[in-house]
Amino acid sequence: MLFQPAIIALLMASALGVAMLAAAAPFAVQVIRRWDIRSGSELQLALERRTYLFSTLVTFVLAIQLVALLLFVFNADRMAVMFVGAMCAVGTLNANAYGFPALLAQMALFFLAAMWLAVNHVDTRGRDYPLVKIKYGLLVALLPVLATVLGLQWQYFANLQADVITSCCGSLFSGEAKGLSGDLSALPAKPALIGFYAALGIAIAAAGHTAWHRTFGYATAAASAVAFAAAIAGTLSFLSLYIYEHPHHHCPFCILKPEYDWQGYWLYVPLFAATAAGLSVGAIQPFRRVASLAAVIPAVTGRLAAVAAWGFLLFAAVASVMILRSNLILIE
Amino acid sequence: MNPWIEKQRSLIDFTLASLARRKTRNLGLLAVYGLLVFVLASVMLFVHALRQEATAILDGTPEVILQRMVAGRHDLIPPGYLERIGRIRGVQAKEGRLWGYYYDPVVKANYTFMVPGHEIAPGTLHIGPGLARERGLAPGNTVSFRSYSGRLFAFTVGAVLPQKSELASADLVLLSEQDFRAFFEYPAGHYTDIALSVANPQEVRTVAAKLANALPDSRPILREEVLRTYASIFDWREGIVLTVLAGALFAFAILAWDKASGLSAEEKREIGILKAIGWETGDVIKMKFWEGTLVSLAAFLLGYVGAYLHVFRFDAALFEPVLKGWAVLYPRFSLTPAIDGLAVATLFFFTVVPYTAAVLVPIWRAATTDPDAVMRA
Repeated sequence: MLFQPAIIALLMASALGVAMLAAAAPFAVQVIRRWDIRSGSELQLALERRTYLFSTLVTFVLAIQLVALLLFVFNADRMAVMFVGAMCAVGTLNANAYGFPALLAQMALFFLAAMWLAVNHVDTRGRDYPLVKIKYGLLVALLPVLATVLGLQWQYFANLQADVITSCCGSLFSGEAKGLSGDLSALPAKPALIGFYAALGIAIAAAGHTAWHRTFGYATAAASAVAFAAAIAGTLSFLSLYIYEHPHHHCPFCILKPEYDWQGYWLYVPLFAATAAGLSVGAIQPFRRVASLAAVIPAVTGRLAAVAAWGFLLFAAVASVMILRSNLILIE
Repeated sequence: MNPWIEKQRSLIDFTLASLARRKTRNLGLLAVYGLLVFVLASVMLFVHALRQEATAILDGTPEVILQRMVAGRHDLIPPGYLERIGRIRGVQAKEGRLWGYYYDPVVKANYTFMVPGHEIAPGTLHIGPGLARERGLAPGNTVSFRSYSGRLFAFTVGAVLPQKSELASADLVLLSEQDFRAFFEYPAGHYTDIALSVANPQEVRTVAAKLANALPDSRPILREEVLRTYASIFDWREGIVLTVLAGALFAFAILAWDKASGLSAEEKREIGILKAIGWETGDVIKMKFWEGTLVSLAAFLLGYVGAYLHVFRFDAALFEPVLKGWAVLYPRFSLTPAIDGLAVATLFFFTVVPYTAAVLVPIWRAATTDPDAVMRA
């Protein structure tokens, strides 16, 4: 089962990432222990030089992981033809116990990577490498996450058996199913709809305010996280129903299929981008007081918050268009 | 204009000029890079087109085929078997099919003899284009086959099946039921297998389970299973070829590393001067990043367009033997052009990622050179 081009590509990207981060880790530890910007010692000069290498390297690794999430889902959807009972990505991910953990880990890595990239971006704009120790501390923390992603992916792909009968999205995402997916699918449409638009509205307002006035960064981050959860819950509870024009099909993955004109990408790409930007706003707020970043952080905060606001707005608009265009009547 | 875009534009401008100053070196890299993309993309495009073709062909086949087994081997369907199935809910139609293989010693190939759903006049054959080519037959010609019982049968070629269907019909011989039974001495009332059409794809498995229950000596073959098998075979072949090509990938990464680290004295001087006039290390890295992006994009575009032409215009002449398989009556066919988003994304991971990874360290080395050290040398 491993001889799938996309699988090989994903594993290669993760393995390369782990190798690169592992190579960077000793340097990161050295920076954390020995970095002293006031010193003119040879070691300090070498460290300063090397930060360029490792910053670029980690940026590359994490940027690849952002794309890898898309490839992972795309590939899972495509492989559904190979499993008995699978209709979309859900069946593929359900084919063994590691599928969904791998996806969730990849998603977590996506957001963590985005936050690290934001911190890194701010740091490179400061004259005196203000966040270098924090940055590399976070990097050391990211290494196990990436290694987990690689491990889960490996376990998942290596244990894929074509003769396993998996369950289709219809059974996992239905009101009767047990667990979080079932509970979210069983959410009544009307309160879910209200919560969905309320959370998105608050997130857009908070991000818009932050973009304009450059304050309340933490609020924007929190609102983004809540809006993300509400958006996913809303997709499960009613949005998918409107897209399929079917009162019982709650699957959040089938909307990625060509049969539904890839509408899911229109939803998920802005949603993930907006959430990542919103969380990144929060990630850089602790460093507002750093002297050399006094001018940088508000500017970057404003830009990220604007991305978040536009992203959530786009998501809400796309979702609304989908609901209005649908022939399904869910709420009288 | 946005100052950020303005800055990147100037950087790209500068990078292009600097690339043009070292034409031979960069063209060499571009050629190798493009060739790598070309080879990988050819494999992917070809396999994807084959997969599409298989799906398109299987679209018209019955959802379930029922074979009778005796001692684990495929056997004829006896009279009355079709009736024993009875009415199964969801089955739109069921019919006994007649087909078999015939070995023709003249061309040393196997033909598939089949009785089609439509009428064919007794004494005439409709033959596949592969067979017509191999035996030099045209409509109106007479052809004779010696049957397995030793008797000689003469048929008139009524028609040659259209070239468009060659992938499925290269070795096909269509004849009337009467001729078929006489030629193979097929016992009356017997059939080769049974084809069932099921309207709702979600009911196919239930229908198959009911069939297996009602007729324990039968084996239902589902279209979706055939499709799945084809998909895994093609994916597996593609994966094998890509794994074999991994060596080339490594070689390419080494070449890219070498090219990027072997900075000429002139280049070093250039970077030294840039830094002396106020460029930062970050700017030099950005410039080099643009250099890599431009080279990658150009190579990707060239390689992909080349692969597209190779596969769909020249019928993938280079990879045919590995990916297509082999047969005496091999169909000649041109593939329908199809581009797969997943394949493009995968290809990107296979080429641009190793390239970027390989040039990172050399770029950094170049970018952190001290201006005075270079200019003094």
